[in-house]
Amino acid sequence: MRAKSAFLTVAHRLAILAYIAFALFPLFWLLKVAVTPNDLLYSEGIRLWPSRASLEHFDFVLRHSAFPVFFRNSLIVSGSTAVVVTILASLSGYALSRFRFRGKYWLVTLMLLTQMFPLVMLVAPIFKILSPLGLTNSLTGLVIVYSAFNVPFATFLMQSFFDGIPKDLEEAAMIDGATQFVAFRQIILPLTLPGIAATLGFVFTAAWSELLFSLMLISGNEQATFPVGLLSFVSKFSVDFGQMMAAGVLALIPACLFFLLIQRYLVQGLTAGAVKG
Amino acid sequence: MDYAVRQQGLSADRRPLTKRIADASAPYLYSAPALILIVTVMLVPLVLGVSYAFRDVQLLNPFSGAFIGLDHFRALSQDEAFFRSLRNTLWWTGASVLLQFAFGLILALLLDKPFRGRAIAQALVFLPWAVPSFLAGLNWAWLFNPVVGPLPHWLYALGIMSQPANILSDPELAMWGPIVANIWWGIPFFAITLLAALQAIPRDLYEAASIDGAGAFQRFLSITLPFLAPTIAITILLRTVWISNFADLIIVMTNGGPADRTQIVASYIFTQAFKRLDFGYASAIALVLLALLLAYSLLIVILRQWLLSKD
Repeated sequence: MRAKSAFLTVAHRLAILAYIAFALFPLFWLLKVAVTPNDLLYSEGIRLWPSRASLEHFDFVLRHSAFPVFFRNSLIVSGSTAVVVTILASLSGYALSRFRFRGKYWLVTLMLLTQMFPLVMLVAPIFKILSPLGLTNSLTGLVIVYSAFNVPFATFLMQSFFDGIPKDLEEAAMIDGATQFVAFRQIILPLTLPGIAATLGFVFTAAWSELLFSLMLISGNEQATFPVGLLSFVSKFSVDFGQMMAAGVLALIPACLFFLLIQRYLVQGLTAGAVKG
Repeated sequence: MDYAVRQQGLSADRRPLTKRIADASAPYLYSAPALILIVTVMLVPLVLGVSYAFRDVQLLNPFSGAFIGLDHFRALSQDEAFFRSLRNTLWWTGASVLLQFAFGLILALLLDKPFRGRAIAQALVFLPWAVPSFLAGLNWAWLFNPVVGPLPHWLYALGIMSQPANILSDPELAMWGPIVANIWWGIPFFAITLLAALQAIPRDLYEAASIDGAGAFQRFLSITLPFLAPTIAITILLRTVWISNFADLIIVMTNGGPADRTQIVASYIFTQAFKRLDFGYASAIALVLLALLLAYSLLIVILRQWLLSKD
């Protein structure tokens, strides 16, 4: 009996290790090629770690390529989208959590449907609408589009956080003479700070990763976001593997930072989103 | 009595008219900004896109835009590439969803047991979820590339491949590239959702069952699975729709090639709009895709009703 349970424990730990290895290996390889000097890249192709590591690719990418611009553009777009969406979603999530009103059912249905239908359908019409407004090839245009795409999910996420806060709190404040909006801003919002952080993180990561619409809407190098820049780099200089992977490692940093921040809320947050949308 | 209650209700509501209007409009004011954004950026383009499907809209041709009826759909019914992309979509979605679910469920079960270092193990195995999809695609494309990636050499050493070649350029095998990348990227989503559902199962149920002499496998079948079933059903349904539209990995890794062998409907729409700039034809394909997805969702709803009524 004891031998059997020891065997099960070992099998369990080995299985976990196998999952960790599978999850991390591609990222490890990205880093490995990024630090391999060019003269060793082919001769030591499948060694797990090069005999000599260097940061020359990072140096090149940061100093002699357009990647710092792409990085800045992506940071502006993802940051602005995260802030805009979180503000809008706190308001609408609060409405869904605290009020019963005519049309609420339709609002929820509309938001659920936007989560279901293929966004790739909108690539052409959105281009046609934004083009005469001068919003193609512009970071503002991307922020508007990404904000709309992310508001429904963020609304459900914020709603689930508001639902966890007892109603009595703002009722007490309103008896003391505060309007509901003041109660919302001064009492409820500070209590949902973890929820706000999680929403910011989710939306930032989603906007940082978006590919199709930025490919379609952005054409010049000055406005390119990271995915567009990296893909055009890949098709132009497809032999500079070290530099491409160094750029890839840099693109990974903000996403991983946000992931570590929101990691604790992940199980809670994704479930709220997954059950409803 | 009814009258008395209403009287009371009226006399209780002594708020001035402006205040009452303000109170009644409050929920609409809170949700208006989000709603306006969704309507202008998603609903209006959707309607416009539907109209494009019946018009000749080409970006580079200023004389296009005329109403052409069902011409796009007639062309579509003759389009071999479209039917191939439809078959590829089934293959891509089926394989990705099933394998993501199977590995995600195993991972969730492994993480449900308390053990030392669980928090850190959980953070590490969920990490792929945070990797941007374009980077996941590029990363796996490089791993499959025999010049810088180890995978072809390992497959060769194991005797699975006759020479270390890139499977992404092999028409027979190319689809496995994006599917493997998708599995790597999507396992955490299933694991996170299922883990949350697992943790909601009351622990005493398991204790009671083991006192009654139920083995581990029996407990899994009679407690875990029934509790997980609703979560599994809804996650698979939503993920199927989502993955069938998920073109990023394919566009990054193979761009639909070699010889359209990895082209799915979503990437075909994107190619028509982005490369050929034929917005009319792209919208017609999109409309067909939407109809198919609606039919699929409706089928699931009907199936669910039927199963519920049978019980």
